[in-house]
Amino acid sequence: MDAGIRNRRIAITTAALLAVAAGPAMAQTKTLDTVKARGTLNCGVNTGLAGFSMPDDKGQWTGLDVDLCRAVAAAVFKDATKVKYVPLTAKERFTALQSGEVDMLSRNTTWTMSRDTSAGLSFVGVNYFDGQGFMVKKSLGLKSAKELDGATICVQTGTTTELNVTDFFRANKLNYKPVVFEKLDETVAAYNSGRCDAFTSDHSQLYSERLKSPKPDDNVVLPDVISKEPLGPAVRQGDSGWGNVVRWAHFAMVNAEELGVTSKTVDEMQASANPEIRRLLGKEGDFGKGMGLDNDWAYQIVKQVGNYGEAFDRNVGAGSRLNIARGQNALWTKGGLQYGMPIR
Amino acid sequence: MPRGQPPLSLPALIYEPKVRGIIFQVLLLAALVVAAWSLASNVAVNLQRQNIASGFGFLDRTAGFEISQQLIDFKPTDNYGRAFVVGLLNTLLVAGLGIVFATILGFTVGVARLSSNWIVSRLALAFVEVVRNMPPLLTLFLVYFAAIKTLPGPRQSIELPLSSFLNVRGLYMPKPQWLDGSSTIVVAFIAGIIASMLLARWARQRQVATGQQVPIFWPSLGLVLGLPLLAFMIAGQPVAFEYPALKGFNFSGGMVVQPEFIALLFGLTVYTAAFIAEIVRAGISGVPKGQKEAAAALGLSAGQSMRLVVLPQAMRIVIPPLTNQFLNLTKNSSLAVAIGYPDLVSVFAGTVLNNTNQAIECILITMGVYLVLSIVTSIGMNMFNARMALVER
Repeated sequence: MDAGIRNRRIAITTAALLAVAAGPAMAQTKTLDTVKARGTLNCGVNTGLAGFSMPDDKGQWTGLDVDLCRAVAAAVFKDATKVKYVPLTAKERFTALQSGEVDMLSRNTTWTMSRDTSAGLSFVGVNYFDGQGFMVKKSLGLKSAKELDGATICVQTGTTTELNVTDFFRANKLNYKPVVFEKLDETVAAYNSGRCDAFTSDHSQLYSERLKSPKPDDNVVLPDVISKEPLGPAVRQGDSGWGNVVRWAHFAMVNAEELGVTSKTVDEMQASANPEIRRLLGKEGDFGKGMGLDNDWAYQIVKQVGNYGEAFDRNVGAGSRLNIARGQNALWTKGGLQYGMPIR
Repeated sequence: MPRGQPPLSLPALIYEPKVRGIIFQVLLLAALVVAAWSLASNVAVNLQRQNIASGFGFLDRTAGFEISQQLIDFKPTDNYGRAFVVGLLNTLLVAGLGIVFATILGFTVGVARLSSNWIVSRLALAFVEVVRNMPPLLTLFLVYFAAIKTLPGPRQSIELPLSSFLNVRGLYMPKPQWLDGSSTIVVAFIAGIIASMLLARWARQRQVATGQQVPIFWPSLGLVLGLPLLAFMIAGQPVAFEYPALKGFNFSGGMVVQPEFIALLFGLTVYTAAFIAEIVRAGISGVPKGQKEAAAALGLSAGQSMRLVVLPQAMRIVIPPLTNQFLNLTKNSSLAVAIGYPDLVSVFAGTVLNNTNQAIECILITMGVYLVLSIVTSIGMNMFNARMALVER
């Protein structure tokens, strides 16, 4: 963490306190109108997680979470580039959303009950089904997380991870010692230098960090999955209209994959006779208007960002260095959990 | 019409300086109260409308997480309130020790800056200039990551005397276990301290009365260390040691000092010591040269003159800015979160805040704690300053 980020964190906290303290005018206005008037979408993303949200060598943000920001921008502005990415640490993210600094959060955030009911947030979907696990040095020769009795474990603060790992060790009557860092980079650096026996996080994050580590082959991700981590986008509570926009941007991508509509075929698909495709692409019905958008909202998403399968492959799947299997994130028709609610 | 009292008309009242002063003060106070009240009520209304939990009831709820360094017992089944205390104690520990070490190091370097030995004074200068011109956060990162990158793993631990081990997981030392009868040792230790204080007082009175000096340093040391040792022998050696041993991933048993704690303490000490050194140097330079010359003329050695004549006078200049440095050190200890030390900010304004989503309450409590710590430090230093101040006769 450098001084700039620290200062910004203080600024965010202060802004949050002031925003909550400020007059009651704030949350009354509709986020969609605010976003349209501003001309850009402020999207809260991870400070750097390969495959999900990370700037590439040209400084362009890429990743599965970033693609959801782009999809919303495509639906609202017909231009997927009109996004201002706000990188947030785990600790800052909710305050940034609550205070209005970002319009939506697409930052590998676990949907939990307390976040829905007491943090002023509304989760609107799951764009990646994940689970927590452990990465250890291969030289330890471990086969299961149950062999971690007495281990020192590096963990990032502000996450469900910190609680799950405690639950896991309590349930199995094992001991461990946490070393808790604020930022992912320091957490991983401490693990890599041998301060901890294990690094715990969501599996997707473990694969991503393993790839980034100096010697990927020296590390293994243990097979145990110790928690359910449905990661998804969130918006502020009390603005269901805006929640619909983000929710259906995600479902549009999943539906497009179900219907076989890709960024390459979407133009010719406009002539399709299939009523489901016609509704998705705005040829029939007024589905976009209902959200305060144009009816080609989903066409723009698929054209500019692609369907869910394309985004997955490009960022975390077979077409990326991470090479994560679809698994639970396959379509429901292929044994996975991704299920696009019907557009009708 | 009798002279004296003018008629009490309203304009006349406003032009009366005393009345006007009171009116403006009342107005200002009223404005502040209204502002604070509207701020507080807006917070309450907005939190409720956004459906964000509020209130302090969360302190009783189960924490559900572990803390790596605990001065009092802490289990995941304990509540957030206890987690707060654990974090607070960790902050107090590092701040308290940091103040002690930074003062010692700072005074040493400050005196060395004025040494007539060229190498010593240049080394002290280099230390001050390098350290105080770096941001404290970078110093901490440097110390922490340099430490954990160079220290060996648990299996290749460096063996130290007294069955201690040093590795990347920390410094492992034997842990004393207090058995029956060990309380006599504590009593003997306290008795030793009281006895040496009485001895010092008696020696001072004797010097005032007769002019003769009695050595007090070595006898005091003997009393403070010797009495507990004697008690230890008489009570039948009631202290056993639990030794650290390599087991599984790590050493278990014994006491452990974590690298995060060592790095934070070291970083804060060094950083603050550089500023204290400059304050001490300024203080010593502020004592008129004649004082030193007079001390020499009276036959005091250089050391005696520094200890008995120069430093007591320098202290009057040193104490107020020294207070600032103590406050800075305490506040800088919140950088702990960056290197994984579980201080108040890391535990309470970090983990607890995130698990309860009650940012306003957690931040307010944390700010309140630092405010109280700073005020207590200031009051203590002001009392010390009053004692050291020049007594005008």
